[in-house]
Amino acid sequence: MSDHSAPAAAEVDQDRRGFLTFATVATGAVGVAFAAVPFIASWNPSERTRAAGAPIEVDLTKLEPGQMVTYVYRKKPMYIVYRTPEMLKHIAGHEGKLKDPESKDSEQPDYTRNATRAVKEQYLVVDGTCTHLGCLPKPRFEAALPELGSDWPGGFQCPCHGSRFDLAGRVFEGSPASTNLRIPEYSYRDDKTLLIGVPPTEKGVA
Amino acid sequence: MAGNNDALPVRTGFLGWLNKRLPVDQFMRDQLTGYYAPKNFNFWYFFGVLSLVALVIQLVTGIFLTMHYKVGETTAFDSVQYIMREVPYGWLLRYMHSTGASAFFIVVYLHMFRAFLYGSYKGPRELLWLFGMAVYLALMAEAFMGYVLPWGNMSYWGAGVIVNIFGTIPVIGPGLVEWIRGDYGIADATLNRFFSLHVVAVPLVLLLLVALHLVALRHNGSNNPDGIEIKEKKGPDGNPLDGIPFHPYYTLKDLVGVGMFLMLFAIVMFFVPTFGGLFLEPANFEPANPVSTPDEIAPVWYFTPYYAILRAVPDQRLGALLMALSLIFFFLLPWLDRSPVKSWRYRPVRWRLALAIFVVSFIGLGYLGMQKPEGLYVLLARVFTTLYFAFFVLMPLYTRGESTSRVPERVTSHHD
Repeated sequence: MSDHSAPAAAEVDQDRRGFLTFATVATGAVGVAFAAVPFIASWNPSERTRAAGAPIEVDLTKLEPGQMVTYVYRKKPMYIVYRTPEMLKHIAGHEGKLKDPESKDSEQPDYTRNATRAVKEQYLVVDGTCTHLGCLPKPRFEAALPELGSDWPGGFQCPCHGSRFDLAGRVFEGSPASTNLRIPEYSYRDDKTLLIGVPPTEKGVA
Repeated sequence: MAGNNDALPVRTGFLGWLNKRLPVDQFMRDQLTGYYAPKNFNFWYFFGVLSLVALVIQLVTGIFLTMHYKVGETTAFDSVQYIMREVPYGWLLRYMHSTGASAFFIVVYLHMFRAFLYGSYKGPRELLWLFGMAVYLALMAEAFMGYVLPWGNMSYWGAGVIVNIFGTIPVIGPGLVEWIRGDYGIADATLNRFFSLHVVAVPLVLLLLVALHLVALRHNGSNNPDGIEIKEKKGPDGNPLDGIPFHPYYTLKDLVGVGMFLMLFAIVMFFVPTFGGLFLEPANFEPANPVSTPDEIAPVWYFTPYYAILRAVPDQRLGALLMALSLIFFFLLPWLDRSPVKSWRYRPVRWRLALAIFVVSFIGLGYLGMQKPEGLYVLLARVFTTLYFAFFVLMPLYTRGESTSRVPERVTSHHD
């Protein structure tokens, strides 16, 4: 008859038991890790969300010099500003007061890392969400606005935490935001149509 | 009086049948009539039970609000208006829930301050403190996600600001934010998952943590205003000399506190439910609008101290880091405080002063978190942030070798 009583301590092979315990726990942990995948992955943007994030077209014919329009691309407001020659003049001359004047630490496609941060200098295309915590900076295009000081060159100011950006979306020193306003991938299909979400190499002329 | 070592009553009939199958009498003796609590509890000891009352209020009102609320970016705001205007007593259920949220934080903050006063976080109650802090964190998550559900403009933008804080984490930040939101911005997917977490996941975690908090409390017994262990002086019956049975003595004392609390609660709920924009913010009476930021984004009052710390730092990553640290330091408290004495009554002026500076800084930051970050306010927020961290970081230095006064052997209300 078989003996069902527990083995005496001396009879137990502790090494073998330790190995089996470890192997069981490790197998279980791998199983738990695999089982967690669908739950964690379900939080990623769905197919419908991704489809809704397709590139958008912007008709520039209705935009007058000095005006700004806002288009929503991927839930983020894209600011498109038609900069006048006067406004373009105000982009230069205050580099010393900017955190990242050459946009080295900021997020933008390489083809917009230039003095005016644009493909065509008269049109500024930026993601209008503050790089601090995501509020929407308000346009303050007029230079020397009384509440912003006589040296204000025109730009954007965030209503939440006071970050300030110039007319190329570059952040001023003293702002809680650390980087310039982001620039999305964009290109021109023709002279008067902007494609946000499509880089110049794929379609149209840069 | 029935002690823990007393025999259980002899039961016959139904109670006898019941006790043989479920340890009702034993549970009552172990947890209430035979559980001895220090006899010198004062006003500050109301806030533990009041936290439990607030939790029950939130659970009950939350269950009923869920019956009328419709989650979804096109339905959420309207369903809240429907609750306020058309559901019978819906306005009252919602005001109970919104007032309850603020009341919960008020009593929890006072409960935490009590622990600072009497050193309740010190050994052997470190785990009790950690469970309590975990409850506090879960409560913050619960309150934050609950505030998103009405889908007002402040809900929307507040959610954006808070979720973006995770974006400051190096490397994984941007991907993490997209994963949390489930979209390229705060959207329907975000609202739906926050609803699920708010009504199911976090409440379950909260209940589990509260249970662990209570088990850890009962294991060593409550601390008291003198900060001495009553279990060290026991009478011939084996019960602490300075203890009294929790029931009927403290259950009745707590009933008085609960009555007072409910009176104040009712006054706020009926007469000033928005509390001048502190409990319900004006910007949230407008539906969520992704292309229009409210003039000023300020969280509800109970988060403002941390928000002020976040804004006090000119660098966003450092600001987020400091905000996280400001919470982490609470967890380290039992090991930062090196004084062998628990209660402030027997600790030197140096400790009392440090604690006073901390309280002033915390309240000061709470006020500044509601103001626009301009001029003098920015400077003040930086001063208070520095003092806040100095309180914790320097604690091992100023509490080591403290010149304490003599701690009595028995609680001070004891007379032979």
